[in-house]
Amino acid sequence: MLTAENLPRPPYKTYHEWYASQDAAHLIRKTQDAENIFRKTGITFAVYGHADSSEKLIPFDIIPRIISAREWRKLAQGIEQRVLALNAFLDDIYHKQEIIKAGRIPRELIERNTAFLPEMIGFKPPGGVYTHIVGTDIVRTGEDQFFVLEDNARTPSGVSYMLENRETMMQMFPELFTLNKVQRVEDYPRLLRQSLASLAPPGCKGRPRVAVLTPGIYNSAYYEHSFLADQMGVELVEGSDLRVIDGRVKMRTTQGYEAIDVLYRRVDDDFLDPLTFRPDSALGIPGIMDVYRAGNITIANAPGTGISDDKAIYSYMPEIVEFYTGRKALLENVPTWRCSEPSSLKYVLEHIEELVIKEVHGSGGYGMLVGPTATKKERAEFAEKLAAKPNNYIAQPTLALSTVPIFVNKGIAPRHVDLRPYVLVSDKVKIIPGGLTRVALKQGSLVVNSSQGGGTKDTWVLED
Amino acid sequence: MLGRTANGLYWMFRYIERAENIARLVDAGLRVSLTRAGSSDEDWNGVLESAGVREAYSEVHPELTAADAIDYLLRDQANPSSVMSCIEWGRNNARMVRTALTRETWEATNEAWIDLKARLARKLKPADLPELIDVIKHRCGLIRGAFHGSMLRNDLYNFSRIGTFIERADNTSRILDVKYYVLLPAVSQIGSALDNFQWESILRSVSAQRSYGWVYDGDYQSANIADFLILKVQMPRSLAYCYEKIVSNLDYLAETYGERIKAHETAAAIRSSLKRGSIADIMESGLHEFLEDFVSRNNQLSAEISEGYRFYQ
Repeated sequence: MLTAENLPRPPYKTYHEWYASQDAAHLIRKTQDAENIFRKTGITFAVYGHADSSEKLIPFDIIPRIISAREWRKLAQGIEQRVLALNAFLDDIYHKQEIIKAGRIPRELIERNTAFLPEMIGFKPPGGVYTHIVGTDIVRTGEDQFFVLEDNARTPSGVSYMLENRETMMQMFPELFTLNKVQRVEDYPRLLRQSLASLAPPGCKGRPRVAVLTPGIYNSAYYEHSFLADQMGVELVEGSDLRVIDGRVKMRTTQGYEAIDVLYRRVDDDFLDPLTFRPDSALGIPGIMDVYRAGNITIANAPGTGISDDKAIYSYMPEIVEFYTGRKALLENVPTWRCSEPSSLKYVLEHIEELVIKEVHGSGGYGMLVGPTATKKERAEFAEKLAAKPNNYIAQPTLALSTVPIFVNKGIAPRHVDLRPYVLVSDKVKIIPGGLTRVALKQGSLVVNSSQGGGTKDTWVLED
Repeated sequence: MLGRTANGLYWMFRYIERAENIARLVDAGLRVSLTRAGSSDEDWNGVLESAGVREAYSEVHPELTAADAIDYLLRDQANPSSVMSCIEWGRNNARMVRTALTRETWEATNEAWIDLKARLARKLKPADLPELIDVIKHRCGLIRGAFHGSMLRNDLYNFSRIGTFIERADNTSRILDVKYYVLLPAVSQIGSALDNFQWESILRSVSAQRSYGWVYDGDYQSANIADFLILKVQMPRSLAYCYEKIVSNLDYLAETYGERIKAHETAAAIRSSLKRGSIADIMESGLHEFLEDFVSRNNQLSAEISEGYRFYQ
């Protein structure tokens, strides 16, 4: 919030004045209020592998993260460029594979990748869109300096927190929203529905029927699935609600079977269709891939998009962006060592105490090592795993992340954050001004995942 | 709407209704034990029977004591009809059909669960009971109020209402059936003070001790009490009222879906028998037989609705 001279950074100016006039005890009470709001709304998630795991709250910090309109515009341009490149890349690798032919990406990296689905080869999804919803993870290291950490192109989660955090802030501090002109995020569900409906299969007549597919109430993100379906005004369905009948995907209603045109699925590729992918999946719909390939349903995001947020592919993103857009990437990648390359592996093993090492297919902060904060023993154990299966890992330096203020009982303290803006792709690209800011609540920590003790805060993009 | 959603709503509202009715039954039981000289733990027999858990209770508790009965009715999760179980199941169903509920309705349900879970987590002290029972009734009232004030009047609403009234009709008829012998003409002619508390406890368990007075000039008469709870369409917990509501909600569904199912016929038949019936005839041919028959027809209707509207879990 403050510059080196201890003055508030420009976007924080109004907030800082307001904050200075507040009584600390009052703000502590507000933090408790926020928790009650989340609890009664049922905004909870499950952490896998904990005994008493059902329904935990993600800690919420009451100080908003504030981004100026100017900085946001720059960021949004970079994101749009990247998302368009991702779609072009997916279209290419499932059709002509020009990027491989041009020698910019090794063939085996694509074709041996478990996230690459041969079933998608030669198939064009409705509207040519693969990634209907993207959540790009970004970190800031200084003024106008952003790095992309990850492109979440399969089923980015967390957007319900973006919306509920805003809702909670407006309920607790209405005056802040008259003092500051904050750009709206509330339109997201409406835009999402429009965007999905606009990509219905060409044969769909009348108003497209949209549904959200969830693995069910025991899934860690169930709250979000039901929230989005509710906010969009569409059905929330599970695999067992759906059947393939007469070449259409239909749901069992009180009046018999009714066809669905667009399925926003929050189920991984592997589980989508037991006839095509994992035969033991009880979450999917047998035969849905045939309906899809016949052009009778839109699946968002398209199956097979997972390959584009694979961490090994990530390291090629600068080349990918340049290849498809003809311009240098506006947003930088974090420098990445591919441990599959012997010289990189050697470097990583020698510098393990400086690096963050991640599994190529991992997510949620599981299976990673943060070198600088790990113990000697943890590092040694991880080095063994790494040496045994180098293909499975990439490594990145720990960046000098900028911090934002959070509210603690003693007042304000700096913490590391990342930012996940949400992007909707149809015939155009829409980026919601704001996103989910995740905070590493432990002092000095760099891990922001909610499953690893991270929290969230509201994210403001100011009007000009 | 998904058949699973219709099923979830129907059961959510059955459970919420049941939670409230069990709380009323316990309230009536407490009242009797406070006001009647010479009351004993045996009085809880009738309460357990009205709740339909007398046998299940004996399997867990060899002896009948007031404290155990109250605990079993309010907080024992092994009892599927305890208030805690009903709230838990009601809320689980609500969570499953979250998209079908307005934010207000969901929050009222979720908060009821949060609050009652905390209150029912520890052993109950007799001094806490009156407040606790009030809280249960308030919480259920809030859910109902949020639901009425905010839900779209569409098929979602109809399935929720049908669940409420099928459950309520079932509860009221059970309450009457357990006490039917008190209402038999031969006994009731005595009209002693000893009977008054029984009658009062029946009225109390349907929150009707005051409204009865307005309708029947205060005098406890067995035939009047039976009339009130079975045939009086102004009484919101009477069988006649429940069936008015069930029929009108089923009619809305028929209109929306453009199709009548078997349940429409069954419900209309039950409603018209309640409309035409006289309490003298019912007493004459046997109150117990009448109620037994009613409960089974009510169950049959429930099954026909599930089938006709393709409910599944």
